[in-house]
Amino acid sequence: MRSVSASEATATVRTERVCRYYPMGGSIIRAVDGISLSVGRGEFVALLGQSGSGKSTLLNLLAGLDRPTSGSVLVQDRDLASMSSEELARYRRSDVGMVFQAFHLIPSMTITDNVELPMRFAEVERAERTQRARQSLEQVGLGHRLEHRPSELSGGEQQRVSLARALANRPQLLLADEPTGNLDSRTGEDILNLIRDLSLALGMTVVMVTHERALAERFAQRLIFLGDGKLLSQEALA
Amino acid sequence: MTGYDLFDLAVRNLRQSKLRNGLTTVGISVGVASLVAMLSLGVGLQKLATRRLAGSGMFDTVFVTSKQDFRGMDREDDQKTEHPEKEPLLDQPARDQMTRLKYVTEVEPEVRVMGEVVYDGQTHFGFVTGLPVSARENEAFDNLEGKFFSGPSAEDVILLNDFAKELNPKDPKQLIGQEITLRYGERQALPAESTGRPQLSGGETADTSSSDNFGFSVVRKTQALKVVGIIQEEPYGGMRAVSRGRIFLPVDLTEKLNMAQFTDMRSSLRGAGKTYMTLTVRVKDPGKVSEVQDAINKMGFRTFSILDATKSLRRFFTVLDLFLGIFGSLALAVATLAIINTLVMAVLERRREIGIMKAIGASDGDVKGLFFAEAGAMGFFGGVLGIVLGLAIGKAINIGTGIYLRRHQLPAEAVWIMPPWLIGAAIAFSILVSLLAGLYPASRAARLDPVQTLKYE
Repeated sequence: MRSVSASEATATVRTERVCRYYPMGGSIIRAVDGISLSVGRGEFVALLGQSGSGKSTLLNLLAGLDRPTSGSVLVQDRDLASMSSEELARYRRSDVGMVFQAFHLIPSMTITDNVELPMRFAEVERAERTQRARQSLEQVGLGHRLEHRPSELSGGEQQRVSLARALANRPQLLLADEPTGNLDSRTGEDILNLIRDLSLALGMTVVMVTHERALAERFAQRLIFLGDGKLLSQEALA
Repeated sequence: MTGYDLFDLAVRNLRQSKLRNGLTTVGISVGVASLVAMLSLGVGLQKLATRRLAGSGMFDTVFVTSKQDFRGMDREDDQKTEHPEKEPLLDQPARDQMTRLKYVTEVEPEVRVMGEVVYDGQTHFGFVTGLPVSARENEAFDNLEGKFFSGPSAEDVILLNDFAKELNPKDPKQLIGQEITLRYGERQALPAESTGRPQLSGGETADTSSSDNFGFSVVRKTQALKVVGIIQEEPYGGMRAVSRGRIFLPVDLTEKLNMAQFTDMRSSLRGAGKTYMTLTVRVKDPGKVSEVQDAINKMGFRTFSILDATKSLRRFFTVLDLFLGIFGSLALAVATLAIINTLVMAVLERRREIGIMKAIGASDGDVKGLFFAEAGAMGFFGGVLGIVLGLAIGKAINIGTGIYLRRHQLPAEAVWIMPPWLIGAAIAFSILVSLLAGLYPASRAARLDPVQTLKYE
């Protein structure tokens, strides 16, 4: 195990003294407090820390779902803080894919429709998006359940759908927020294997939030430890 | 997101809460139906009123009088006429000039004289009026017993039913095909030697000196006429001088018979040849009446058309339509509140879904557009359903009114008429109102913070 400097890899994602504060009653919650880090192209990074350490807030900042109070978030040298909400939406639909702990699939839609949804926002032709949705679902091993609804699938299968949806617009950055949190350990491992394989196959950068260190050590190339909104340490794994 | 995707997703979302969205759509349809029913009632009543006026045959007619005669309808017009004696005469050359005007189809004098009918050894007094061939189109002849004049100057007569009853109280219809004798006064020229002056075409002697020795004789004449038809009501809705006759002859025949009229006395005093009291100028298209009226005014005559009289009627119906529209819109206003309520509920229920959509790339505009599309779709379906419902209401109104009128021995009338433009306009209005109702929920949905909504569960 060795510590890693920010300049070691060719950075895809970089944060510079990024802060995210929330007013709470009379006080201010410092969810992210001056974190500077960088993630290289194709790298698989795990953000670790206790609940309230700022992992998910940092992930939301990287996803462009939230805006920093100060500092900057640079993805491929584009500062997300200076983007308009329309530009951030475009960034989310074409540059980033997100996987959530609670899967966040739309229950009224079939899994194919769920996977097609980001492509609708990206205005992909109907025929093409149907084909791409089918391809993505086959990649995650759900080619036989295209017309099923999320409620008809197991947790692991739902997370696979979520992953297929995240990959629908072929992003360069995959952000996973506790992707194994709602799964048993074996299914969790399967999902992370899938994420790693796809990351390697597609040359995709992965930033994963988890509190399961053992899993993170097995799949990530680097661990980043957060505590009280600050970056505590980083460890590169062999 | 493309329009197709917006509509597709909107319809899918609407299907998720079938009962609630269905009820809201029914609410909109009731609003649209109410609006359509009210406006169509306004249109129907207006058409009913104008049909009566149009049936009078006056919408395409301009009445022309000379400024030398009487006062007109418009007193201001008289004040402008400082020297009436210098105004042109309403004579044959003027009539010919009017006949040549663009859009004019017929120029006929209004002939109304006193006459006596001799039938079955009895004499009956009545007003004789001349009718042009165009009078056949008048609604009074819709229920004509027998037939119309066989020609423009045929020796035929049509009788008003009341007069026919006077001639034959037992069976007035029996008169059809029979001959009656009309006694009338013929206007005859004075012999040339009595004045020493040349005669004019109208049978009068010309006033070539300052002498007042000028005039004509009225000689009693008889004319055999064949009764060809009987009408139940006065032609032109009883609105014209010629309507108030009881014995109707072709106008050309009255001219041929040179019947002496009340107004001939005025011509005689004036010392002019034969002049007309009133000429009725028939125009090809009611829309051209003003144009023809202007042209005749420029010739120096006084004109009057029903368009002048219907201006106030149109004003009345505009106000009526406005009020009916306002009352009809009340139900739609209530439906608008239902749309707002439905969509606000949908925003609350679908917070997480909105968060997901934003997280995977939906812009604020996409979210807003989606809720707009849902509101628009409800408006569209509500509008279509409302039209169907409105048509059913209208049908019921017409059937009900028909039954009521028939019970009172009156012919059934369509009081509810939906003009075709109202179908498109009502659907468009329904969509517009729904979109306006969707403004607040849509912008509320678009403003949702995805981070907060994803935490919501």
